[in-house]
Amino acid sequence: MKQGVLVVAEQARGVFRKVTLEALGAGRQIAARMGGRVDAAVMGSGIRGLAAELGRYGADTIWVADDAALADFTTEASTHALAGIIARVDPAVILMGATTRGKNLGARLSARLKAALANDCLDLRWEEGRLAATRAMYGGAILADVVLSGTPVVASLRPNTREIALQEGTGALETVAVNMGEVRSHVLDKQFQTGKVELTEADVVVTGGRGMGGADFAVIEALAEALGGAVGASRSAVDAGWRPPSDQVGQTGKTVSPRLYIACGVSGAIQHLAGMSSARVIVAINKDPEAPIIAKADYAIVGDLFEVVPALTAEIKKIRG
Amino acid sequence: MLKQVPATDSVIAVADDGVSIETDGLKYVINPYDELAVEEALRVRETHGGTVTIVSVGPVGAVAAIRTAMAMGADKGVLVDSGGHSCDGLVTARILAAAIRQLPHDLIIAGHRAVDDDNFQVPTAVAEFLSIPEIPMVIGQSLDGGRIHCRCTVEGGTQTVAASLPAVITAQRGLNEPRYASLPGIMKAKRKPLDIKTPADLGLDAAELEPLVRIKALRRPPKRKSGRVIQGESVQAKCAALAKALHEEAKVI
Repeated sequence: MKQGVLVVAEQARGVFRKVTLEALGAGRQIAARMGGRVDAAVMGSGIRGLAAELGRYGADTIWVADDAALADFTTEASTHALAGIIARVDPAVILMGATTRGKNLGARLSARLKAALANDCLDLRWEEGRLAATRAMYGGAILADVVLSGTPVVASLRPNTREIALQEGTGALETVAVNMGEVRSHVLDKQFQTGKVELTEADVVVTGGRGMGGADFAVIEALAEALGGAVGASRSAVDAGWRPPSDQVGQTGKTVSPRLYIACGVSGAIQHLAGMSSARVIVAINKDPEAPIIAKADYAIVGDLFEVVPALTAEIKKIRG
Repeated sequence: MLKQVPATDSVIAVADDGVSIETDGLKYVINPYDELAVEEALRVRETHGGTVTIVSVGPVGAVAAIRTAMAMGADKGVLVDSGGHSCDGLVTARILAAAIRQLPHDLIIAGHRAVDDDNFQVPTAVAEFLSIPEIPMVIGQSLDGGRIHCRCTVEGGTQTVAASLPAVITAQRGLNEPRYASLPGIMKAKRKPLDIKTPADLGLDAAELEPLVRIKALRRPPKRKSGRVIQGESVQAKCAALAKALHEEAKVI
């Protein structure tokens, strides 16, 4: 009998992603309604020590697949390992964070298990014995309430959509020996920008658009740094070659849900709004009072961003000390 | 693999049934990420030879998207007519995998997501159904002796991943700049072979076409409260007022 929730953890360089902890909270809520347990699956190499941490965030049992073949994430290897853990735990719901890896793993797993998948969910609920989810479609222009049939079902939770909840309890660690099977894809090298806040998980995102007029984003970077946030870019800024595609926010870029989104010199095309409309508070700085972003913003300043942004950075530094 | 979707500048409205969108007056295009995939396939053919086949699942109207890809240079196409049947991502992937099994294939390229349902599922599920590796979010690739090396984006950076062929790769922005269809290309496209099949032609039965994900309701996101334009004597005064509002009123800093 499939029962309970299994949350698939994701860690990057020895730290669990915030969204893993958020997904554990969502898993607890679902399990409470369903009347089941919440377990976690941790896959990697030499990660047993780290795995224990998940007990504090609501995992009853933490299933650890520790294998040299899992040192670098590949979807193929992780799907093999995860299928092994799932066979042992037999959960009704499998949850993960909607990161690049999480969504990819969810997709491969859904085909392996022939299970329903809802990726990048804004909300997850257990209703009438089924998992119900709210997802954004058409780049956020439409919200869809969907229901997932069959068991198990797979879903991923968009980062920053819920608070992280600490729980009482420690969680029991169980090591699982998994059959790694055939793996035909391998990571050859990795390049990470250290110290850079990941756009999709950032609490604050400061974005520059066409109004930047060039590749010099110093004023944007200074404001983002003062807020501990990440720098984003509109499609025009990316198309002009001022910022890399990985910085792009919008329907053909990344979707972000920060606490605070500051759009500087961004007109607010419908495709851009799609990527940031779930931000809690939106600030627009634009010299054009008619720019669509002004109407979408909670707060707006009409003016030259090269004057406004440094002045705002100074004022924010005063408050944050 | 290609999907026809509403143009990204379309205004999307919920239809009267509450579970689908209003299609009247919508302009349809190739999913922008699939356009990158078509372009990359053409470049692979230009370097290594071979044939570029476009495979799609959708209503008969999706022929237009396949013809556009042919006008860009693709050689032939297969459309599996979903016949108005509602497919979830898993069903779509099952149909595509069944269609691809009947075609010679070394490399399968698709966009990393479709900008209509945004579920990030289909190409990856196709790879699993075909029991072949998949490399997602590719921004550069090279082929060499039965293997593919890809540069991919991941959170916080990039990585190089290698896989044996056949493989699926999914296109991310930065991979290339898709070419425009030329006028002679558009003329030629009309004469290129395009097969229209049904899921039954591919040997799929009704149980395999049953969606597990069902839409209960579509709705517009809640309207945001209208905001305010901060007024002030000077830039400094406006910024001070904004910082104060963000700190005390919105409590986000």
